[in-house]
Amino acid sequence: VTQVLFFLAAIGAITGAIGVVMVRNPFYSVLALVGHLISLAALFLLLRAEFVAAAQVVVYAGAVMVLYVFVVAYVGGSDEPLHSPGGALKVLGPLFGLALAVELCIAMLGSTLKGISGKGAPYVPGFGTPRQIGQQFLTTYLFPFELASLLLLVAAIGAVVLARRRRGLQAEDEVNPLFQPSRSQFTGTMAEAAGMRAGAGTDPEADRQDEPLGVAGTRQPNEGGW
Amino acid sequence: MAIGWYLVVSAMIFCIGALGVLVRPNPLVILLCLELMLNAANLALVAFSRMWGGPDGQVFALIVLVVAACEVTVGLGLIVAIYRRQMAVNVDELNELRG
Repeated sequence: VTQVLFFLAAIGAITGAIGVVMVRNPFYSVLALVGHLISLAALFLLLRAEFVAAAQVVVYAGAVMVLYVFVVAYVGGSDEPLHSPGGALKVLGPLFGLALAVELCIAMLGSTLKGISGKGAPYVPGFGTPRQIGQQFLTTYLFPFELASLLLLVAAIGAVVLARRRRGLQAEDEVNPLFQPSRSQFTGTMAEAAGMRAGAGTDPEADRQDEPLGVAGTRQPNEGGW
Repeated sequence: MAIGWYLVVSAMIFCIGALGVLVRPNPLVILLCLELMLNAANLALVAFSRMWGGPDGQVFALIVLVVAACEVTVGLGLIVAIYRRQMAVNVDELNELRG
């Protein structure tokens, strides 16, 4: 039964991976990746890593893929032509992939690890449960655990800053003149950086009066924020 | 199943992901292929954890999961920012730092 399950999950995972690369539409690529992730979670279960499998399904196939689907729907997944003029990479890419596969095969066949051909260590009850993983995280791997939380915080703030709607390079008459909150200078619009707007001037007293735009919090009628 | 089979599957997924990073021009799909490669590494880590019978490999796999989530967040933010500047979402044409 284990072998049948393994081959089913492995074929599912590899088919999903090929689907991600080969399908033209990015939306279907994302769906193929969801299938790939679920097959991979089945493989994790076969390896008795229950908690990693659950985290894979919940975090990856649940949360991260929803993020992907939103961005694909926002950017607009356009079908790309099969043979776009891509140049040498279109030929060298498959060659590189093949060379990498051959190299990995050689590394695996030439490996002297005894455990590779075995079924792994004897199973002890409690292996891979949340209890054991949590114990490891809070004792041996406490510092990486805290570092990971810090990394998540930095990434979240970075994504908000990157995807912020900065209305720097629009025409000035689009800005509603009735609603102009005063804003201190050099708070980082794109127009100031490009020297297009008066905020980059030298006299702060004169600029503060007629500064026509706010960085955030000004809702324009034509701006469908999200 | 022997541990070696899991490593074979992991190697194949990694190669497919590397191929996709090289061939596809769409940054969204490139991010997806990076996910493939990270997942292949995860599978190898969990397989080795099973081989040794210790939980350390699974801890590593979870950390990789966290890092992958961060990478996706920042990457998708970059793609949205590129799209808002009305530039082509295509890595072959995005070859200047000053847009």
